Amino acid sequence: MARETYINAALTLALVLVPLWAWSTGQAYILTLCTKVAILALAGVGLNIALGLGGLVSFGHAAFFGIGGYAMGILASHAQIMDPIAEWPFLIEGTKSMPVIWLVAMLASAFAALLIGALSLRTSGVYFIMITLAFGQMLYYFTIGWPAYGGEDGLSIYVRNSFPGLNTLVPAQFLILAYVILGLALLFSARLARAPFGLALTAARQNADRVETVGITPFKLRLVAFVISGAITGLAGALFADLNRFISPTMFSWHTSGEIMIFVILGGVGRLYGPVAGAALFILLEHLLGGISDYWLIYVGALLLGVVLFARGGLIGTLAGREVAHG
Amino acid sequence: MTFLLFAEQLLNGLQFGIMLFLMAAGLTLVFGVMGLINLAHGSLYMIGAFAAATVAGLTGSFLLALAASLAAAAVAGAVIEMTVIRRLYKRDHLDQVLATFALILILSEGTRWVFGSFPLYLDVPSYLSGPVTLPGGIQYPLYRLTIIVAGLIVAAGLFALIARTRIGIQIRAGEADREMIAALGVDISKLYTLVFALGAALAGLAGAMVGAIQSVQVGMGEPVLILAFVVIVIGGIGSIKGALVGSLLVGVTDTMGGVLLPRMFGLFMDASAATTVGASLSSMLIYILMAAVLIVRPSGLYGSA
Repeated sequence: MARETYINAALTLALVLVPLWAWSTGQAYILTLCTKVAILALAGVGLNIALGLGGLVSFGHAAFFGIGGYAMGILASHAQIMDPIAEWPFLIEGTKSMPVIWLVAMLASAFAALLIGALSLRTSGVYFIMITLAFGQMLYYFTIGWPAYGGEDGLSIYVRNSFPGLNTLVPAQFLILAYVILGLALLFSARLARAPFGLALTAARQNADRVETVGITPFKLRLVAFVISGAITGLAGALFADLNRFISPTMFSWHTSGEIMIFVILGGVGRLYGPVAGAALFILLEHLLGGISDYWLIYVGALLLGVVLFARGGLIGTLAGREVAHG
Repeated sequence: MTFLLFAEQLLNGLQFGIMLFLMAAGLTLVFGVMGLINLAHGSLYMIGAFAAATVAGLTGSFLLALAASLAAAAVAGAVIEMTVIRRLYKRDHLDQVLATFALILILSEGTRWVFGSFPLYLDVPSYLSGPVTLPGGIQYPLYRLTIIVAGLIVAAGLFALIARTRIGIQIRAGEADREMIAALGVDISKLYTLVFALGAALAGLAGAMVGAIQSVQVGMGEPVLILAFVVIVIGGIGSIKGALVGSLLVGVTDTMGGVLLPRMFGLFMDASAATTVGASLSSMLIYILMAAVLIVRPSGLYGSA
């Protein structure tokens, strides 16, 4: 455990020092990259609750990421043109307020996770992987064919949404906002793992029959975990949309699902800081290799293949040695 | 809606379904025999199409192009199986998903590197172009009809291979109890390579045949791969018969939905709104079909357990 703690501390330090250095030398681009790391890590923290704790291999988390993004896009675009979303049965106005958008994004993706989870969790193993993938694709094709919010071309939001007391258009302030949310999510996920719910979920992953014998229904545990997981990934989607001030069906594509999964795996499945390490590594690779070659994804593929075949604990697992994640 | 249009769309759905079957058969075989989920199956479809387009460009012969697609995809499949996939059989499904996802990244970007981002074109040969008139006065493109017939012949061949030949017996035995057939002296790793290459060749053939209707480009295999997943979830993973029934259901539902739904909504909506709603709903139709099948039968129509 000790070595993992040191690694986590070093990672935290790096994530604080790099932006400080970038801020002091006026490199706004690096600040934006760090914000991107934090937001993508947040999506990974969400997936890690289903994947790491619950053992639910969801290949459709892009669905929640996208729903979060579209929640932001729909609310902000209506506020932008001052056109209410609905006038009947009661008036619903768009909004540019981040807290409201986040709440809507989390509720909407939690609801979607409830529906998708209730259907997908009837199955397990390969079926579960394929079905979550298929539902993600369903929403992808739906947004492509839905012209109201840009269809295939996506939709631009001209001004970043507002947060009380902050100027979110200043990169450093938006970065702090993303860091705080990521910190809270990590805290929540650490508490969840140690709470009775998290322990029961871990037990259900290891041996569902035993959990059932002591009177807990694994299905309910998993469904709740899936909903929480979806809500956090949805929040990340809303933030990601705000970072880019742009939404498009790509948020729903299965490459997005694969990438969120790569963050978790590159870092180390079931480890608290795994998604943070993975997202940081992914963005670092994109930044470094993207400059060398247009075909940088080949190297990411080769690295991922290497991690899966030879270094099964991911980055943190390899550095921290043979400790079992999450007991 | 006229009978002619209906019949034509039904045939289109059938053609789409047959192509899906060629993809789904390989996926479901590999899962049934080796217990492996292979996301890179779409890349083999792409490799088949690229090989066909290249050979057709060099020689001008469509038949040689088809042979090249079979050979290239089978060789690529065998190489991938021996270098990567073999190490994954004993791993859990998460590792399999990730490793084969990594393979997609490598194969797609590698193809982009070699061939560039622009699509290639594979022409329908002159002896297969143009329409034919079917009984009932239906005008239908000869090439699509050829695809249906060729696909049905391949499907029949596959069923015969599995039901009647020695290899087929070994494949079925491998599904039932892999340790036992290894103990009986069957070289199981050779059998696995063979099954994987067979699935790959079918995917490559599908890629080449569809490549002549659409364009040949990087990433062309991915939408088809996901539809093939839907097919085998509906049909039941590991069942070839399920793959056939699922493919035809998905092919016909998707094609007919795209034509019928906008018309249905047109009955009580104005035309442009009906087209929009109909198009978005029809893109979701097969997933709704999948959800419905899962509610009734969680392990698919022909799935065991």
